[in-house]
Amino acid sequence: MSKRVGLEIALAVAEAAAMCRPDVIAAYPITPNTHIPEHLAEIVAEGHLDCEFLPVESEHSALSACAGASAAGARVYTATSSQGLLYMYEIVPIIPAMRLPIVMSLGNRAISGPINIWNDHSDVMSVRDLGWISMFAANGQEAVDMTIQAFKIAEDHRVMLPVLCNLDGFQLTHVVEAIMMPDQEEVDKFLPPRKPYGAVHPDNVVSMGTLGLPEIYTEARKAQDEAIINSKKVILEVWKDFEKMFGRKYESIESYQTKDADVIMLTMGSMFETATMAVDQLRKEGFKAGLLNMKLFRPFPADELKAAVKGARVLIVIDRAFMMGGVAAPVCAEVKSVLYDEPVRPAIVNEIIGLGGRDVRIRDFVEMFKKSATADKVKPERAYEFYGVRSSS
Amino acid sequence: MAEKKWPESWQEVNPGLMVFKPASARSYLTGGWRAQKPIWDNTKCIKCGVCYLFCPEGCISEDAEGFFVADLNYCKGCGICYHECWPRAIKMIED
Repeated sequence: MSKRVGLEIALAVAEAAAMCRPDVIAAYPITPNTHIPEHLAEIVAEGHLDCEFLPVESEHSALSACAGASAAGARVYTATSSQGLLYMYEIVPIIPAMRLPIVMSLGNRAISGPINIWNDHSDVMSVRDLGWISMFAANGQEAVDMTIQAFKIAEDHRVMLPVLCNLDGFQLTHVVEAIMMPDQEEVDKFLPPRKPYGAVHPDNVVSMGTLGLPEIYTEARKAQDEAIINSKKVILEVWKDFEKMFGRKYESIESYQTKDADVIMLTMGSMFETATMAVDQLRKEGFKAGLLNMKLFRPFPADELKAAVKGARVLIVIDRAFMMGGVAAPVCAEVKSVLYDEPVRPAIVNEIIGLGGRDVRIRDFVEMFKKSATADKVKPERAYEFYGVRSSS
Repeated sequence: MAEKKWPESWQEVNPGLMVFKPASARSYLTGGWRAQKPIWDNTKCIKCGVCYLFCPEGCISEDAEGFFVADLNYCKGCGICYHECWPRAIKMIED
């Protein structure tokens, strides 16, 4: 039976990962994910989990060790943040290319510089196109649930891809929240042991990480792209199974008060819950406000997005990262790309907020909403704005 | 059974380009890369085997009499054997 506990979210994620019975964990602590590997090291050291915990000397080694272990058929888990992810970068695209079902929790943190340890989504955006399935938790419960779901999705033979579980650094990792913690028996029932498609073993000849000459590289990449696109079917299946067993519903894009909404805001990660309160306030003031939250970022839920914004006049995409010298912030650029071919589409406004841990408050959403509510009639001056940036003119 | 050199379509690509057949690199004949080939003058060869040791392709082998020959299916013509052969028994010639 699941039990309601009050727990720091990083610790809860570590406990959820431990309940998935990973065979190998290789991780290097970095703020704000530190408590996850720290607590897992404790769990292993205390003998509560039969697992090889590799306290490696760097993130590059962490993900390399994960790759080797996963290739040998192990269930593998790791966690990192920001600069740690960038230090892993060389290995990050190799994991999905080799179809290794590793699960990584990413305590989202701004990338340097200026050096900053607080939350935004610039770290994950640097790896968004490398072939990892990517989900965003809005709260501690989702962070726990997604960790468990991730192994089942990753290891399915129709998927065989790594999964990134994003949880906002500090806003989630360091917050104590009431969480329904599943028990070991339930997790075992939901998540059977990994059955590897191919595993490196002396009795079992397989070569992995082979050279792809120009004659095969394009076909290999196309096959990988199809694999991540097709993974959505399995993701939805796993979410259905999860709902049946644990009673909590997951969907690619969650909507809040959108049925009759004419102006909709779109968020990703922990901003969502704050934004729901802004929507409640705006509704009280008579606005037809709605809100969408992207839980699934890769594969990009294009069809769900098209359906979710139907009927809206204005869509305000709220990004927690931006593309230097680009045309819009990352989420908005893709949202625009998805909606471009729609015969009827909302006017799209892009606000960049919460960079490097700057607080995102209820009144910020209210202000963004009111400022852009008529964007279908009066086009904004710029394609994107740094909301709240101090300016001398 | 004649084997295909490449999967004909992306649908035929094994997940992660995994190769389940051992020593499959053998079917890729790298001899086609060659511009020059080594030839041995067995009157100068002292059968030391330095060419065999240094060949990065591992395509040099010993014949029944103890002399050395390169398997031209794989020899890329790099000339390392020629460079290392201190009795100067190997020459590189246009292929």
